[in-house]
Amino acid sequence: MLRISLAAFLATTALVLPAAAQTIYPLNRAEILAGAKFDFKVEFPGSPAEADVKVTIDGEDAAKVLGGKVTFVQKEDGQDYSAYYLRDVAMAKAGNVVVEAKAGDKTSSVTWDVFDTPKGRLAKNVILFIGDGMSVTDRTAARILSKGLVEGRYGGELEIDDMPYMALVSTSGTDSVVTDSANSMSAYTTGHKSCVNALGVYCAKNKKNLEHPKVETIAELVKRKLGLAVGIVTNSEIEDATPAGVVSHTRKRSDFNDIVKMYYNIEADIMMGGGSPNFLPKATPGSKRTDEENFFEKFKAKGYAVATTATEMRAAFAEGKTKVLGIYNTGNVDGAYDLKFKKGTTDKFPDQPGLVEETKLTIDALSKNPNGFFLMVESARIDKYKHSLDWERGVYDTILLDYAVKVAKEFAAKNNDTLIIVVPDHAHMVGIIGSYVDSRPGNTPRDKLGVYADSTVPQYKPDADGYPESVDLPVRLAYAFGTYPDHCFDAKPHLDGEFVPAVAGAEKGTFVANDKYCTPGSVKITGNLPLDANSGVHAADDVVLTAMGPGADVFHGHIDNTRVFRAMATAFGLAKL
Amino acid sequence: MAARPASSAISCTRRELLAACAILASGSALAAEPEVFTFDTLYKSIGVMGIVYSDRLVAAKGNEISLTGYMAPPLKAESTFFVLTREPMAICPFCQSDADWPIDIIVVYLAAMSPLVGAGTKVRVTGRIEIGSWTDPETGFVSQLRLRDADYRRV
Repeated sequence: MLRISLAAFLATTALVLPAAAQTIYPLNRAEILAGAKFDFKVEFPGSPAEADVKVTIDGEDAAKVLGGKVTFVQKEDGQDYSAYYLRDVAMAKAGNVVVEAKAGDKTSSVTWDVFDTPKGRLAKNVILFIGDGMSVTDRTAARILSKGLVEGRYGGELEIDDMPYMALVSTSGTDSVVTDSANSMSAYTTGHKSCVNALGVYCAKNKKNLEHPKVETIAELVKRKLGLAVGIVTNSEIEDATPAGVVSHTRKRSDFNDIVKMYYNIEADIMMGGGSPNFLPKATPGSKRTDEENFFEKFKAKGYAVATTATEMRAAFAEGKTKVLGIYNTGNVDGAYDLKFKKGTTDKFPDQPGLVEETKLTIDALSKNPNGFFLMVESARIDKYKHSLDWERGVYDTILLDYAVKVAKEFAAKNNDTLIIVVPDHAHMVGIIGSYVDSRPGNTPRDKLGVYADSTVPQYKPDADGYPESVDLPVRLAYAFGTYPDHCFDAKPHLDGEFVPAVAGAEKGTFVANDKYCTPGSVKITGNLPLDANSGVHAADDVVLTAMGPGADVFHGHIDNTRVFRAMATAFGLAKL
Repeated sequence: MAARPASSAISCTRRELLAACAILASGSALAAEPEVFTFDTLYKSIGVMGIVYSDRLVAAKGNEISLTGYMAPPLKAESTFFVLTREPMAICPFCQSDADWPIDIIVVYLAAMSPLVGAGTKVRVTGRIEIGSWTDPETGFVSQLRLRDADYRRV
């Protein structure tokens, strides 16, 4: 299980540390679903010949245990090691196994935890909600802004809080303390930890992004083993790390053109988000492809309805379409605040759908598959707005996530056969520290900040949709960011457009305060991040997961992010098939 | 090469009085006054299915135009190549693997290798407008709009 003794941890760590040792992928302590596909790779330093190496699993030849044919590459990509591969293989039986790689007098070994799903299928459907970068602070702020706070009590619970199971989730990857959205999503969708910028692969020494050892994603598994419908709904670009993590295998999340191809190959039934330039052929003005492939046409040829507006989306579902590609913006779809107040890119894209309606229509369509479905819904811009230190927009999108979850809960209530998981992929360093009270004497944000007994409760007024009518109140929440580049700060909301705290500086790779905001009443704040950081950064803090439905009882206490995959695989009974 | 105010006989530097300099320059180059565009007048529409250029821009194809924007963080301190953006760039796609360029960028090929000013600087660029997909052989950078034989000055 998850707990191992400190001594055992130190012993295994010591084994893999020496620089000249062989590296085995999947790495030590990997949790592997029995029957799930992965690429097995060993890197032998010094480029030994195939005849001089030996790879075993519990003492038996690895090729025999895993099946498949060994590919052996000396000096892979011109580097001083030999690569041993068994690609696209699986472990058939559950249990702890010891994998050993020998070359001459050097031996490395790792242990894998191959797990079963002994109870068989528990849930017909799984809906995974990702609040990108959503810290506990965002839940608190969303509650204050959408439900109100009177004498210390909220006017209501959030949907994401009103769920019976809860766990603290750790998010670090294999390479660093702080993760990014690619690595963290990859842990949720594959059950394997990886490194920053990587999706569905271990970060090996390969030079080519698409050649790193792959691990199967939940979407691939449920399509291959159960014939489920798959939906991916986000308000980021559809190629962005979180949605891409459902289907992709690449060392670099920025491989948008390859990611579009991966969507096409996997044929997720419903895909919604922004990011059209990577679907358009190179010759089309506005394209970001480097080839002449027109993926809108290619998807159409496979029977997909292509929607570019909310109206077209509604029409496609009204016609009973169950394969829909909805791309509503060249970049990210506008967040809830900008959609409500017609800011952001709504002048260019006036008919973008919101996440709540998309979630509802997508669930309706996916549920037509008698085998069930897997759906991932992401409120992506919580994270993006927090990077840009624009907390009001981030909290609007937390409320947006909450209403999308409400739709899923209403669906799940009908049959109680749907596991719903709501989880951030990582945190930011944020906190509510009081309120800004305009009537306080003085001119600077420090003068206006009320703390402890002076932190007057702001009176945000939720409208019929449940979002505050205005965030520009004389008493406002003091939502503080712990990490920031140089920027000018006036403690006021950015009503007309997303805050851009810093812009590229005179020296290459540096960022300076954006002069646009350095107005009377603002103060210039010296950044506390490296000079090449243009915005706030992620934090390694644990995040809070809430869940309900069949299979949700595994969520309690503290878990690793890989356990989200394990819970979904267990709910679907994937090892038994 | 067509005459351009900033590179004609009258040479202006950022240290000089730009207004006075501009008057002198325009006087000397009236015949080849470049057509002035803004980022808004380049496009008829920007939509999910692509960009449609404005009729004015299409009519100006191959001609010299001038456009004001921001120099994106350059690849090298001295180069013949930089990217012009509508807003100062908060991201550096060349520096960060997860960043991406806005859709409405213009690639600028300078007439001569010259030192680039700091990123985020507002500049007016004058050059021959080229329309159509082009992959830079050196960097692999794909662009749809380019200003060729260009030069720039700070605004």
